[in-house]
Amino acid sequence: METQAFQKIYTKIDQITKATITLHATGVGNEEIALVNDRLAQVVKIIGDEVTLQVFAGTEGIPTNSEVIFFGRSANLKVGEELSGRFFNAYGEPIDGGPEVEGEEVEIGGPTVNPVRRLQPSEFIPTGIAGIDLNNALVTGQKIPFFADPDQPYNQVMSMVALRAKADKIILGGMGLTNDDYLYYKNVFDNAGALDRIISFVNTTEDPSVERLLVPDMCLSAAEHFAVDKNQKVLVLLTDMTLYADALSIVSNRMDQIPSKDSMPGSLYSDLAKIYEKAVQFPEGGSITIVAVTTLSGGDITHAIPDNTGYITEGQLFLRNDTDVSKVIVDPFRSLSRLKQLVIGKKTREDHPQVMNAAIRLFADASNAKTKLENGFDLTDYDERALEFAKDYSKKLLAIDVNIEVDEMLDTAWGLFDKHFKRSEVSVKKELVDKYWPNSSE
Amino acid sequence: MSKKDNITKGKITGIIANLVIVEADGPVQQNEICYIVQQDSKLMSEVIKVLGTTAYIQAFESTRGLKVGDQVEFAGHMLEVNLGPGILSRNYDGLQNDLDRMEGIFLKRGAQTDALDHEKKWTFKPLAQQGDKVIGGDWLGEVTENWLPHKIMVPFKFKGKYTVKSVAGEGDYTIDDTIAVVTDEDGREIELTMVQQWPVKVPIKNYQEKPRPFKMLETGIRTIDTLNPIGEGGTGFIPGPFGSGKTVLQHALSKQAEADMIIMAACGERANEVVEIFTEFPELEDPRTGRKLMERTTIIANTSNMPVAAREASVYTAMTIAEYYRAMGLKILLLADSTSRWAQALREMSNRMEELPGPDAYPMDLTAIISNFYSRAGYVYLNNGKSGSITFIGTVSPAGGNLKEPVTEATKKAARCFYALSQDRADSKRYPAVDPIDSYSKYLEYPELEKYLKENIDENWPAHVQLMKDALLRGREASEQINILGDDGVPVDYHITFWKSEIIDFVILQQDAFDAIDAQSSLERQKYMLEKVIEIYHTGFSFEHFEEVNEFFKRLIDTLRQMNYSEFKSDQFHQYEKELEQIIEERKG
Ligand SMILES: Nc1ncnc2c1ncn2[C@@H]1O[C@H](COP(=O)(O)OP(=O)(O)OP(=O)(O)O)[C@@H](O)[C@H]1O
Ligand SMILES: [Mg+2]
Repeated sequence: METQAFQKIYTKIDQITKATITLHATGVGNEEIALVNDRLAQVVKIIGDEVTLQVFAGTEGIPTNSEVIFFGRSANLKVGEELSGRFFNAYGEPIDGGPEVEGEEVEIGGPTVNPVRRLQPSEFIPTGIAGIDLNNALVTGQKIPFFADPDQPYNQVMSMVALRAKADKIILGGMGLTNDDYLYYKNVFDNAGALDRIISFVNTTEDPSVERLLVPDMCLSAAEHFAVDKNQKVLVLLTDMTLYADALSIVSNRMDQIPSKDSMPGSLYSDLAKIYEKAVQFPEGGSITIVAVTTLSGGDITHAIPDNTGYITEGQLFLRNDTDVSKVIVDPFRSLSRLKQLVIGKKTREDHPQVMNAAIRLFADASNAKTKLENGFDLTDYDERALEFAKDYSKKLLAIDVNIEVDEMLDTAWGLFDKHFKRSEVSVKKELVDKYWPNSSE
Repeated sequence: MSKKDNITKGKITGIIANLVIVEADGPVQQNEICYIVQQDSKLMSEVIKVLGTTAYIQAFESTRGLKVGDQVEFAGHMLEVNLGPGILSRNYDGLQNDLDRMEGIFLKRGAQTDALDHEKKWTFKPLAQQGDKVIGGDWLGEVTENWLPHKIMVPFKFKGKYTVKSVAGEGDYTIDDTIAVVTDEDGREIELTMVQQWPVKVPIKNYQEKPRPFKMLETGIRTIDTLNPIGEGGTGFIPGPFGSGKTVLQHALSKQAEADMIIMAACGERANEVVEIFTEFPELEDPRTGRKLMERTTIIANTSNMPVAAREASVYTAMTIAEYYRAMGLKILLLADSTSRWAQALREMSNRMEELPGPDAYPMDLTAIISNFYSRAGYVYLNNGKSGSITFIGTVSPAGGNLKEPVTEATKKAARCFYALSQDRADSKRYPAVDPIDSYSKYLEYPELEKYLKENIDENWPAHVQLMKDALLRGREASEQINILGDDGVPVDYHITFWKSEIIDFVILQQDAFDAIDAQSSLERQKYMLEKVIEIYHTGFSFEHFEEVNEFFKRLIDTLRQMNYSEFKSDQFHQYEKELEQIIEERKG
């Protein structure tokens, strides 16, 4: 970032903490950005002529006589078709060796969509993964996180979802991504020949953690450009939002704010909502869909980060290791897509809602049977069959390595009903049973 | 600094997020509205603390780019809403800007739109006459808004007695036309229009008396009406972890409840949920009147991505509009989703002001703030002897789903009905997930309400309801025993007790909010079904083995549910009823 004529320059810093500096300056705007000793910083507090800035890369090694250059504007991003296929850091600077992007400058963290200008989401996003499409269908304009333990393959699942989602643009926001995972995404997108649809803003574990606070806003400003100006369907992937929230708490603690639950700032809900609520369906066809990752510690969803997330997003997806079939599955009990009812049975085959419910009910029967077994009680014949069904269901439908069309998922489910149960045990509407139950039996 | 026209001005001296510190050049009142002057707009703010000549204000908009030295103009009044015909069917933001009139896709900072239509003509009918002695809140005339008789009143702010000098004759007027002239006690004449202003944080108290709620408000939702009814003019709240069904239950209330007007405050929740109302309500019919639901609804939307400070204002805006319509003798249902977001907005501000924090960093006076708000609901007798009511139901989103947190605890002290949503019920898709054992309605303890139920539903109703509650409790105990000792380890009777309570659960408590017929259950229908269930409850059955019990009761439940899904008293309904009788016969004895 070069210095320009109108910029104000100061050379005396009065106070330095781990994440902030304070100096005397005038004519500075709130949230204005500045360079402090060549590091990007943002104004977070002004009292009289005392201005406090948050230095994204941290303040280590910053001397009190550093040059502080104010830009007279808030953080921005240059948007345009040139973003496609490019990799940037949290500041929107290229990290792929390519040239600077030319384009229209937009402020990041811009205004809110007027709710009356939104459209109700109604377009199904098939992913091929039955644990998602069959039980937790995703819809354009939705926001939904994976709640996953750090050792689960959420990045793999996300990249699969992204590539199959038929989005016009996929925007990856990496926060605290390990270098290996970063390279993994790069490779997968490259191998799929999808690089031209992909834009990445990445903060890796090697970068200062506070920098990642810029990542979601960068991603979403780019997303708004394509969704609003180009009417495109944009999918935004944010991983890992827990690390984003951790960075928030670092900053707020250093600003002496009173922490609330789990040492998170009291504004966590609003901070997260501001990001997730950028998900939107526009009447002109453009949309922003957000699929995020929130890693859990020890599966605890009552921790402030997943808890606040759950209150904001439209459902959540849980991954679980099913030891009976040695596969990672999308947990049908704890996962929920709240927008699924807008598409299932409407944009997909008529039997979808009933088949989904019946299969989950039978899977629940199996889990009860399992509990009985563990408690040393006898199993009935029905219990035994339910257990067998559960194994098949896990392997052929819930496992994350499944990749089939929705109709095939439904047919597979009917096949499993037929294999393990009598028609009356499945309790699906009679018309549907007559129409879809495989001919082989009864 | 010079002062013109008594308007206080000021200059910004500090900015911390949306807390702005201002040096004022004249008098400033607590909660006064002021505007931060920017090049192309004025940002609305509210005074939240005054120290000498320093005013601490919270901006209702983003403070990005504000500078020390920027001008501030004080408005001389608190946050007010405009009250007049044309509020019904509107979509407002938390500060009563009409969202439909805002230009562009994005909400422009500082943009303001009129809450009321100044062009539209209303057909006015006079109700008062020359010479009438009137006070604030008295009815001068009426216009028809959608279908509601909208009363034009003497402004609530008027203190003392006035004499009507003239009232406009029947005819078409805009809201700004003079529709009456009154004279005060000193003989000064005052021209009145159809519009008045009122500060949202001050309750409108132009009524004679506020008795305890003594009627029940029919909501069409069985687990509420049958088990824990809410009084008309009563208060209730719905706490529950995320995804447990708070919003779906509130939407169901807004669709089914028997009220003249529904005001929904979407307070810090998802925009897509508001869009759902925008999309559905203009199409859906009010089951009682056949009119479109939107015709009786006003929405106040401050979604979670809209400015946090305006979130706090939004619930007050909604309550004030409710009070205005109550003063017309109407029955209002006010719903707020979620009051926790409002409390969080208070917390953010209190932290920024470096106030001494209470539990979980909420402000110390949280309980008082919540109580004051809930106390604005109520059934009232107006000065003319007519009655009106505001029934208020808020949702609470407890952190971690733990009900021992400050907002839930404070609300429990303020609200008289408690509809606790349970994670377990939601997980097993037993919707609405209202826990029948933890939830309560204090109104059931009011003799006047009990009398009302006996007179309006059935002499035995309260006794029946108590019986159901006991049966549910016994069913839960039986199921615990079965789980510990195993299906075979308990007498068959335990299974029967358990399944009898399951009937109550599946047939009375559970209700499909997305089914066109089951979604709404009239009181007559609730009574019919409750009596059916009680009949089964009192019937003795004989079984050899527990597996027969399960199978038999599953069939009973299935048939009863089919009845719930059928049009009340239709052929189909009676067909299932007959089937039910036959199934019962199989095992009677
Ligand atoms: N009565 C019901 N019938 C059927 N499904 C329901 C019912 N209530 C809730 N659900 C299901 O649960 C989901 C979540 O419900 P809802 O949005 O009302 O939860 P909430 O308590 O408001 O959550 P949050 O606190 O996150 O806003 C719905 O999308 C729907 O799938
Ligand atoms: Mg909700």
